[in-house]
Parts: sequence; structure tokens; C-alpha cells
Amino acid sequence: MASRDSRRNRGRLALFVSSIILGIAALVAINSFADNLRTDIDKQAKSLIGADLVIAAHKEIEDEQQQLLDSIAVGGDRSDEVRLVSMVQFKSSGGTRLVQVRALEKGGFPYYGAIEAEPQRASSTFREDGRKALVDQTLLLQYNAKPGDSIQVGKQTFVIAGALHKIPGQTAMTATIAPAVYIPRRYLDETGLLQKGSRVSYYHYYKLPAKTDPDKLVKKLEKRLDEAGFGYDTIESRKESTGKSYEELARFLALVGFVALLLGCVGVASAVHVYIREKLATIGVLRCLGVSGKQAFLIYLFQVMAMGFIGSIAGAVLGSLIQLYLPELFKSFLPVEVTVAVSWAAILQGIAIGVVVAVLFALLPLLSIRNISPLITLRAGIEHVSKRPDKLRWGVYFLILAFIFLFSYFQLGTWLQALAFTGGVLVAFVVLALIARGMMWLVKRFFPVSWGYVWRQSLANLYRPNNQTLLLTVSIGLGTALIATLFLMQRLLLSEVAFAASENQPNMVLFDIQTAQKDAVAKLTKDQGLPLLQQVPVVTMRLEELNGLTGADVRADTTLEISKWAFTREFRVTYRDSLISSEKTVEGEWLGEVKDPNKLVPISVEARYAERLKAGLGDTLVFNVQGALIPTVITHLREVEWNRVQTNFLILFPKGVLEEAPQFHVLMTRTQTDEQAARFQQTLVQQFPNVSAIDLGLILETLDDILGKISFVIRFMALFSISTGLLVLIGSINNSKYQRVQESVLLRTLGASRRQILGINAFEYLLLGALAAGTGIILAVAASWALALYSFEVAFVPDLSPLPPVFAGITALTVFIGMLNSRSILNRPPLEVLRRETA
Amino acid sequence: MPSILDIINLKKDYDSGDRHLTVLQGINFSLDAGDMCAIVGPSGSGKTTLLGLCAGLDRASSGSVILNGIKLDELSEDARAQVRNQYVGFIFQNFQLIPTLTALENVMVPMELRGERNVQQQAMELLARVGLAERADHYPTQLSGGEQQRVSLARAFSNKPAILFADEPTGNLDEETGERVEKLLFDLNREAGTTLVLVTHDLELAAKTDRIIRIKGGTVVSDQLTAFMAND
Repeated sequence: MASRDSRRNRGRLALFVSSIILGIAALVAINSFADNLRTDIDKQAKSLIGADLVIAAHKEIEDEQQQLLDSIAVGGDRSDEVRLVSMVQFKSSGGTRLVQVRALEKGGFPYYGAIEAEPQRASSTFREDGRKALVDQTLLLQYNAKPGDSIQVGKQTFVIAGALHKIPGQTAMTATIAPAVYIPRRYLDETGLLQKGSRVSYYHYYKLPAKTDPDKLVKKLEKRLDEAGFGYDTIESRKESTGKSYEELARFLALVGFVALLLGCVGVASAVHVYIREKLATIGVLRCLGVSGKQAFLIYLFQVMAMGFIGSIAGAVLGSLIQLYLPELFKSFLPVEVTVAVSWAAILQGIAIGVVVAVLFALLPLLSIRNISPLITLRAGIEHVSKRPDKLRWGVYFLILAFIFLFSYFQLGTWLQALAFTGGVLVAFVVLALIARGMMWLVKRFFPVSWGYVWRQSLANLYRPNNQTLLLTVSIGLGTALIATLFLMQRLLLSEVAFAASENQPNMVLFDIQTAQKDAVAKLTKDQGLPLLQQVPVVTMRLEELNGLTGADVRADTTLEISKWAFTREFRVTYRDSLISSEKTVEGEWLGEVKDPNKLVPISVEARYAERLKAGLGDTLVFNVQGALIPTVITHLREVEWNRVQTNFLILFPKGVLEEAPQFHVLMTRTQTDEQAARFQQTLVQQFPNVSAIDLGLILETLDDILGKISFVIRFMALFSISTGLLVLIGSINNSKYQRVQESVLLRTLGASRRQILGINAFEYLLLGALAAGTGIILAVAASWALALYSFEVAFVPDLSPLPPVFAGITALTVFIGMLNSRSILNRPPLEVLRRETA
Repeated sequence: MPSILDIINLKKDYDSGDRHLTVLQGINFSLDAGDMCAIVGPSGSGKTTLLGLCAGLDRASSGSVILNGIKLDELSEDARAQVRNQYVGFIFQNFQLIPTLTALENVMVPMELRGERNVQQQAMELLARVGLAERADHYPTQLSGGEQQRVSLARAFSNKPAILFADEPTGNLDEETGERVEKLLFDLNREAGTTLVLVTHDLELAAKTDRIIRIKGGTVVSDQLTAFMAND
């Protein structure tokens, strides 16, 4: 019966379910991609780190530790690499740039995978003969350099042997943040970059004997490695962490896709509602013929299930096609080559989710079928549906929320995040619905009676019976909200950095200045006509004890909840007698100077970091400065504005303690033009090759690039929501077409011109589009405020400039699609008004 | 009396699938200004098609419709819409009020479509004339069937039409309400001196007009004055 009844309406039913196709497609595409990525990470795991084991140290290695490192290599092979950040200069163009210098020992690294370079042989020859360097290809492009040119690293000049394309385990994104320049290890000393206090990391790549299990070995050595402050990575651990981070990304994107699906389901619910209204007479006849309310309900439930199934299959097919493009989309982020294969698990999951949500949302209008009276066949005007409150409706609402909650739980992995997501979706839907309803109420309440007829009729259509105002505001509004939030957040984060570009703020930071160079660098800066905005000494140290607890104690007692990294990380600390403008006292008193350094040194800790250390005023910390232990006590907690281009510190020492400790210096200045900045950096590299400069322009550029790449991916997913919103728009225009045709034919009969009918329709879509886009934007501003405040913890000073184009674009699109679908209304002959009379 | 409607050798064909249907053919009649005429006939006889052609809602396959001296067959749909707005009033069986507008606003629509401003007072007077002044702010769904048809009557006369087409105006009303609407229709028609063309099954109602045109199988089978019929 369900099939026979739907025979004449299958085209329309198909339109209902088209709105879930994109949501399912998004889910299937992302989940298929995640499946393939997982498989490829498994397959290419060894090339993720290029070795069986990598050990990293961020300080100079002591003899005892060297013995440990050597012992691991027995029976296998080891390659060493020294990494540091430094300025380089391209000789051909004179351009300078901060890069990551990697000095690689002549060894077998990478043991798995390959360093990809152009020409390929350069990946091995650069470390064999002469002073040769392998330079990241983007750098070569940027500075118009090519293999055969020269590059100055520190005091030494190297010939560029080739363009570096890919290093095992590195993504294009990593290359954007810190482009690499490889040089042979044996020439590193000649560069003069290895100086006391320089920030250097030592990487040791191991190829272990075949019978050695790297993970078991690491487990055995864990305590010693931790004590030495070494970081370590095996293929398994990297596989796990890589897989986990990409799965998190995939889960997040699947949630964005799920929002598109939910939007589509709102469309399904609305379409089924209209469909059932049109089926009232049929249902009435069926009821007269003895069909029970339950049977009538099941007839239409089966129809919705069948269409949900068909829509889901179509979505799964589309999703499987879209995933062909995803490896290209995510190229910048991926450490492995992703193959494209059909993921049956993702397809089956997508189809199951599609059918379940389509049915859940359709249940809301379907439930009313149970209460349709057979009397409707005799008197069409009677109240055909019982107005009694239906408890089952609440049950369906509960099921929908439960489904969203469970789905997000499986995507996000924690109850709290799932609750936040479900709450967020609920709030967004409720806010959009309330605004739509509020707007309808306001239009009705303060109806502009003095306006011309066309305008008034358009306004009145917003609250006509069976209007689509609510549906369209929710669906288009949510899509707009997603897009606008992305724009706002991208701008906000960029403006946080750009803020530093404002007047009198430093825009260039010089670091790694040795004590002996301090005055000469300051003089050079002044000679170049640049101001000395700040000069800060930096001392590196490690935490030995916290309230008598050592790192070993913390590792042994996990109930302490103190990060074990607190004891392995290297703190960069400064000393001075007063607070600076980016700091504010939260608690305690800042004692700027100590007379007796043998007593407990009163220090200041950044308030949020103190929370993470579970430490407060009066707690004692012992620091190790190059072997000398310094006992301290927290007497001051302060808040730090991290977004200022200044040297900000977690730990602040008073004057009178660290003056004689090994230290390097940071100098801050402000350049007026790009040319001035380039000239200054060139001179600096020539005279002080070990000193590095961070140009704020470069940071902005890099950040813009990264945010651009990330937001492109998210925008791609948000596109599903927008497209679903537009599909819902097309569907709802079709749903209300019958009513629109009736009205416009009547108006034609009464003498309205095509232009007047066109005006009424266009203005109505303009209002709908503007209302939906406006509401979405309000929601986006609220969401960005919440994200800025609670997630990114930055001040909410939004750049609203992208909003007018978003508003205009979405509104115009709504009008365009609305008018495109309304064409046939204009072409209906007015005679239909009489045909309806006799029908 | 000048003629307000001339129907000359009117023919209407339709293609329905692979069938060719002739719904009307050889229709000829004229109405003078102020005439009241009923078109009657069994279902499917073509009377609604004829009404549509007379009012310029559709185009004839051949023949001519001349309304108030304007040859409708030569006009575009927009031009015919202008003619309707200027000279024609309509009353429908199902009232056909715009659900989103109040009773008063529904009455104002034809005048506003003509671009007239400040028509509220005029519409209010018409509503008062049909006894619905106090329900001016009500929406169609808040009105009974009889009230809706009275609003429809007020709307039909709002543009002071030269000719009024009524399609089964009492078909959806109970007897008592129907009689009240009938009376209003004829009273208003007489007051305004409008020509009335009424399509109906109801011979009693048809008998209240001056002339009855009977249609069967798409052709006029009789065209008689009611006074003459009574004498018969």
C-alpha cells in the first residue's frame, strides 16, 4: 500500500530526501577518507619518522647520557642531526629568512622512506662532498634561487645542491611554519651558530637490529630517558599520535558534515509535513475504508524509510566520489600519501545514519497521521487532526537529541564534548527558530500599513499559513553562521598578531645575542636609525623540584596531576626589578631585587601556568641553571598579555640572582618599511651570523597562510551546510509552490501585472534571505565571541568587514534561487483560478 | 444601449495527450451595459471555459472577445490583466481571498494594483455596505463562509467594474447565507449599474437575471430572456 500510495508522488518524495544527500555525502566522504588515511598511516608508518627510533634532546648532551645513546645503537645504525633556528641569506638576491637549520651526520638516515629532492641525487650527495645544502623548495621559489646558487648559513657559505620536496614524516604545513635547510653536520661548527645559550636540539635516528622491538626497548629505557629529559618516538608511538591527530581532524569535519545532515533533516521534516497535509483526503478515505490510525501511519513511515534509504545511497555514492578530491584538499596537512579506496564501513554507516535521522525527523509530522479523523472525507473544513497534546512527540524530540548526542559522542570521544556539541546545535537551532518567530511576530505586530501593496504582500507572505520562514531561517541561517564564524575567527586571530604592527609596538625581534655581542648589536641597530625598544637577558634552566617533589616522584604518582613535562622542559627566564606593560599582578607582591641570593629567591609565575603546576603563593621550586641549583619561592602571580610582540615569560626572577649565569639576549626594535627591515636583516646576518631576527611581517604572512589552509578545509565542509540550506530552499519553494501559484493566479485574475507578481516574490525572498543571513551572522558573532573568549582566550575585537559581503552574497543567492524556482508561477494562466473552482 | 461584451464565433480547442478536444465552438452573443445574464449548463458543457474567455483569462482558438470595445484576442497577458483590473470584477465559488491579508486589505487589493493610494476609506465603505465594517481587521480564516463571500463581493465592486463575472457565487454556502449573498450581489449590481455574467447550476438563481444562455456540448442551445421564459 505504501508503494502504491507513493506512485504518483515519488518525484516529490525524491525532492524531500535530496536534502539529506549532501549531509550523507559529507559524512561518507570524510569517514572514507579517514579510513583510507588510517590504512595508509599503517602502511607507511615506517616512513613517518624514517627510523625505528628517534631520540631528541633539547640541551647539550652530557657524557653519561652520550653513553646511553651509544648503547642503543649497538648492533644497528645511528644518524645524528642537530637542529637550530637561524637566519640564512640567499647570495643571489641578498634576501634573508629565518629557517630551521638541520645539520645531518653522514649516516643512513632516512632508514625508511626517502628525502625527496630535485634533483633526486642531491638528497644523498649534499652530505658527502663539500659544503652543500638542501633547501626547502618554497624558500627557493620565494627568493628566486636555484640549485647551484649559494646560501649563507651563519658565517659559512654553502652551494645549494637541490630543492627539498619532502622529508619523512613532514607535512607541507610544517614546511610553511619552519622551512628547512639541510647542511652536513661536519660544517656546522664553521657556521658559528653553536654558541653558549643557543637554542639547539639534538636528534638521534636509530636503525635497530631486526630482533629488537623498539617499543619494548623504549619501555625498558623509559626511566633513564625521562630522567635525561629526552623525548622519544617509535614508529608505533608516532603512528598512534599521527593517527590520533588526523582522526581528531576527521571527527571534527564529520561533525561539520553532520550539521549539514541535520539541516537536511529539518528540510525533510518540513517537506513531509506539507506532503501529509496534501495527503489528508487520501488518509481520510483510507480511514473510512477501515485502515487504522496505526496502519495509516505505517504506510507513510515506510514511504519515508524507502526515500531515506534511496537518499542515503545517493549520498553515499556522492560521498565516495567527493573523497577522490579529499587527498588533494588535505595535501598540506598529510604526512603520508593517501590512496583512494571505497570504504564499505563508511558507506554502510552513512546509509544507516541517513535512514535513522530521516525517519526520526519525519516522525514529527508523521505522528499526526494517527489522529486524522475519517470525518475529513465528509467535511473538509472540520478540524481534522486532534489537538490533544501528543506525548509521543516529546518522545521523538528526546530520540532526536539522544541520537545527536550519541553520534557526537562516537565522533568526539568524550561525554562532555558530546554534550557541548549537542547543546551547541540545540542552542543554534533554538536561537534561529526564536529569531525567525520573533521576526514574524514583529512584522505582524508592526505591519507597515502605509507601504505599497507589493511590499505589504511580500511582508505578509512571511507569516502566511504553511510559510517556510522558520525552515529557511534555520537552514540558511546555520550555513551562514558557519561561514561567517570562520571568516570572523580567521580575521580575529590575524588581527591579534597585526595588533603588534600598530604604532610604537616592536615589529622585529632579534634573539640569540651573546652577552659579548649585546652592545655591538645595539649599536648596529641604532646606526641603522632603529630604536632600541627592549633589551632582555634570557637564562635557560630546568625545574628540579616542586615543593620537594622531583620529576621521578611526579611520574610515579599520577594522582598529583602535575605535568611530567614541567620537569623535562627548558624554561627561558628573565630577571628584572619591575613588571612591564604586558604584565599585571594577580596575587602577591613583586619583590624586584634580592640582596642575599643564598636565601629562597622570591619569583613570579604566570598565573595560568601556576594553575597547571598546581602551585600557588608560598610554594617552593628548585631550578637547575647549568648545574647550579637555585631554590625559589613563589611570592607573586601575574597575568601576561601573550599577544603582544614582547618577550613574555612564564617565570620571572628578581635582579641580583642570575646576572652571572650563562645567558643570551633579546633585542626588540621597530622598522618602518619592508626595505628597511630587509636591509637591517642583511647587515645583521653579515656582522652577527648567529643572531636571528623574527620579522613580524613574516609571522603575519605565515599565520595567514596556515589559517588560510585550515579555513579552506573547514569552508569546504561548511559548503555542504550552505548547499543543503539551498537545497532545502529549493525544496521548500516547491512545497509552497501550490500556494504561491494559487495566490499569483488570483492576483493575475484581479489584474496584477507580471512585474507586480515578480516584485512580490522577489521582495519576499529578499526578506527571507536577509533574515536568514542576518540571523546567521548574529549567531556567528556570538559564536566567535565565545570562541575568542573561551577557546582562543583573546580579546574579542572582531573585524566585521567580511560580514557585509557574506550577508549580501547569501541574500542574493536566496533571491536568485527563489526566483529561478518561481519562474513557472509567473507563467501560469489566470484561467486556473476557475479550474480550481470547478475541481 | 452600447454593447459591453461581444462574443463573435468563439471556438476553443485543447490538445489532451493524443486527443484533440473542442470545448466550445460557434458561440455568439452580445451583452449591453447593465445587463444581467446567466450562463447555465450541465457539468463539462464548457460554461467555465466560456466565462474564462469572456473575462480575458484565456485566449480563444478562433473568434473574438470584445470587452468594452477592446478586442482581447490581440492583447498580451499583461495588457489583458490591465483590462481586467480596469473593467472587470470577479466573484468565485471558493471566495478566493488572500489568506495573509485582512478583510479590509483584501478589498483594497484591486485598487492598489492600479496604483491608487489612500484607498482605505473607500474599501471601508464597501465593507460597511456588505455589513462587515466591524470585521475589517479579521483574516479570512477568522470569517465564516458567508462573510468571506461578502468580502469577496466588496472586493469585486472595489474597482467599480464595468462588468462582473460570478462563478457559482452561492455554491459553497448554505441556503440562508446564499440568499443573503444573492441579495447583496443583485443590490450592489443594480446600485453600480454593472453588467453581470453569472455562471451557475442553480436555475432559481439564474431566473433572477434578465437573460439565460444555455450551453451543452460546447455550443449555445438556447439564449432567452427570463421575462419571455416566464411568459412561456
